[in-house]
Amino acid sequence: MSRLADMLKDAGVVAFFALLVFAPFIGVQLGSNLRGALTLAPTPMTLAVAVAVVFCARLAVLTLAQHRAAVTLPRMPVRVQDYLAPAMLVLGVVLPFLPFLPNAYIDTATLILIYVMLGWGLNIVVGLAGLLDLGYVAFYAVGAYSFALLATNFDLSFWECLPIAGILAACWGIFLGFPVLRLRGDYLAIVTLAFGEIIRLVITNWVSLTGGPNGILGIPHPTLFGLKFTMSADPGTFAGFFHIDPTPRQHLTFLYYIILALALITNWVTLRLRKQPLGRAWEALREDEIACRSLGINVRNTKLTAFAIGAMFGGFAGSFFATREGFISPDSFVFMESATVLSIVVLGGAGSQLGVVLAAIVMAGVPALMQSLQIYRMLIFGLALVAIMVFKPRGFIAQRRPSVTLGATKRIGAEFISQGRG
Amino acid sequence: MAYALQLLINGVTLGMIYGLIAVGYTMVYGIIGMINFAHGDVFMIGAFIGLIVLTALTGITSIPLAIAAAFIVAAVLSGVYGFSIERVAYRPLRGSFRLAPLISAIGMSIVLENYVQVTQGALDRAIPPLLPGGVAVMRQHGFVVQLSFMQVAIVVVTLAVLAVFTWIVTKTPLGRAMRAVEQDAKMAALLGIDTNTTISLTFVTGAALAAVAGVMFLLYYGVIGFYIGFNAGIKAFTAAVLGGIGSLPGAVLGGLLIGLIEAFWSGYGPLAYKDAAVYSILAIVLMFLPSGLLGRHEVEKV
Repeated sequence: MSRLADMLKDAGVVAFFALLVFAPFIGVQLGSNLRGALTLAPTPMTLAVAVAVVFCARLAVLTLAQHRAAVTLPRMPVRVQDYLAPAMLVLGVVLPFLPFLPNAYIDTATLILIYVMLGWGLNIVVGLAGLLDLGYVAFYAVGAYSFALLATNFDLSFWECLPIAGILAACWGIFLGFPVLRLRGDYLAIVTLAFGEIIRLVITNWVSLTGGPNGILGIPHPTLFGLKFTMSADPGTFAGFFHIDPTPRQHLTFLYYIILALALITNWVTLRLRKQPLGRAWEALREDEIACRSLGINVRNTKLTAFAIGAMFGGFAGSFFATREGFISPDSFVFMESATVLSIVVLGGAGSQLGVVLAAIVMAGVPALMQSLQIYRMLIFGLALVAIMVFKPRGFIAQRRPSVTLGATKRIGAEFISQGRG
Repeated sequence: MAYALQLLINGVTLGMIYGLIAVGYTMVYGIIGMINFAHGDVFMIGAFIGLIVLTALTGITSIPLAIAAAFIVAAVLSGVYGFSIERVAYRPLRGSFRLAPLISAIGMSIVLENYVQVTQGALDRAIPPLLPGGVAVMRQHGFVVQLSFMQVAIVVVTLAVLAVFTWIVTKTPLGRAMRAVEQDAKMAALLGIDTNTTISLTFVTGAALAAVAGVMFLLYYGVIGFYIGFNAGIKAFTAAVLGGIGSLPGAVLGGLLIGLIEAFWSGYGPLAYKDAAVYSILAIVLMFLPSGLLGRHEVEKV
């Protein structure tokens, strides 16, 4: 009985704090009258409902906590994990050919794959090399703008620009990586964030080159060996060449496969690099920089390659983004994008390739499907970020095989991998 | 000369606001070693609470009383916000791996920003100037250097708040506990200091200072929106880093410098790149002076 009283008291205290927190924002509504002066309308009912919801939620949490022994979250069996990756790959390859799937879903899947690719690219920097980068969107922007500018000014095609955009982004990775070589942890995070913002500000304000806030219009779509995807059935188009009816689905499917291929290349390169000296040096750097230095690893080059390769994939993804949209503006390269990609990496369980895919589906797919909720979308996104961190601070896949072992492979918990410490 | 003096006055006023926010960053970083990314949004919350109180009291009480009430209510309620944020988003993650609190803080920042947008709308909210007028300090070639009463009030309030705050940190048991936890949380706990309460109160104090800064921002500029927290937060963090993170006088000094740099850049440089200038300074300072102006140099232990 006293336990119930304790619970009620606890929930009451929480509800009281909720009342204080909600009162100025849910309890009153700002408006303006005809003369433009601010008015205030009390909305006590909404406030009461919000506080009651918090009270009940707290009671529910407390009740659950008492039965915690009985309710343990099911741990994903290792065997399932082994089959999940190939299953998702197969699903990814056949997805556009599922006849019942509406076009909008292919589009969403393409968006998710962009985030998967960005996640895998950033994973090299954050997950492998342990360098906390909050300005990854800078390289995404460099890739997108290099392609857009080259394509609109010099009439180059997507395939010609893609490598150039990647190289330019990699150069920016090195250029921005140099000054921050000595920085660690949170300081590195803030400086990279600052770089991301600087690049966005330059793009916004250098109107003569980038069009400023108006962005760049008329970026060409990619072609398949010169065949365009348009709704006319001319000989020079995909539909005309193969004598089939042009549908929007063909273009969407083509875009989908481009990003799928790009993402898989990113994954493949990462997996290969992890087995090679460079990848091992990254992982060693993540674990202990001083030990690395003592063992004769060139910390500067190791860090710069991580920045460069991560940035290069970000640049590829940016080019693809530009060619898919046909229009880019600085609004697409705000800090929120960096935060989303970093959350994808961390939620996935920094360092896990499969985790990134799962996290990208959750972080990019769910908001895209929630378009109808519009203004609540970002609120829910933020709440989910906090909730997932509180309940699963190590991400979805919190264990992985070490890349290199002596003798038999054994699985280690991620709690032994001190990500990016120091 | 007169123009520069005017920029100096504007810069100091702005710097005071940044300094107050920076103190919150530096305290939290000092005590639990995390960047409280949501701190800038607590500043925004404080500004909004101030706006709501001012709107509610307009016409009912005299203006000075309404302003005083706005400061107090904003500080108290933002303190509750600081406390709740720490309890909900950071405390469960204490001792977890290093990236978790940062991601949680970014999430909290997104939550606060959108919470205000959803509940109070995305429009900018404006109030009429409540403390109009000022004195002409200097005249030169037809240019009049204005020192508005609001600027004087901001500087006076900031100095008063900082004096109280310094007294709390240096003279009270709470301040002693804070400094002890900052130096060594485990040892402080062994010596009987309630570290959880101390950390909570650190968040409450920091949030209250940010709220005071928020109300001053509201009174000074007259316009606020749900998005003001991000930029102010980054600049205040820059100030904290510039002054040397963990150092309270450093935070205020850093805030003043950032305010001055911003004011002089707006006066003499290309205005569009004002924020870029501040961010570049952050990067340059960290590159060449990683422990800031007044910060302690951290010895790397192996």
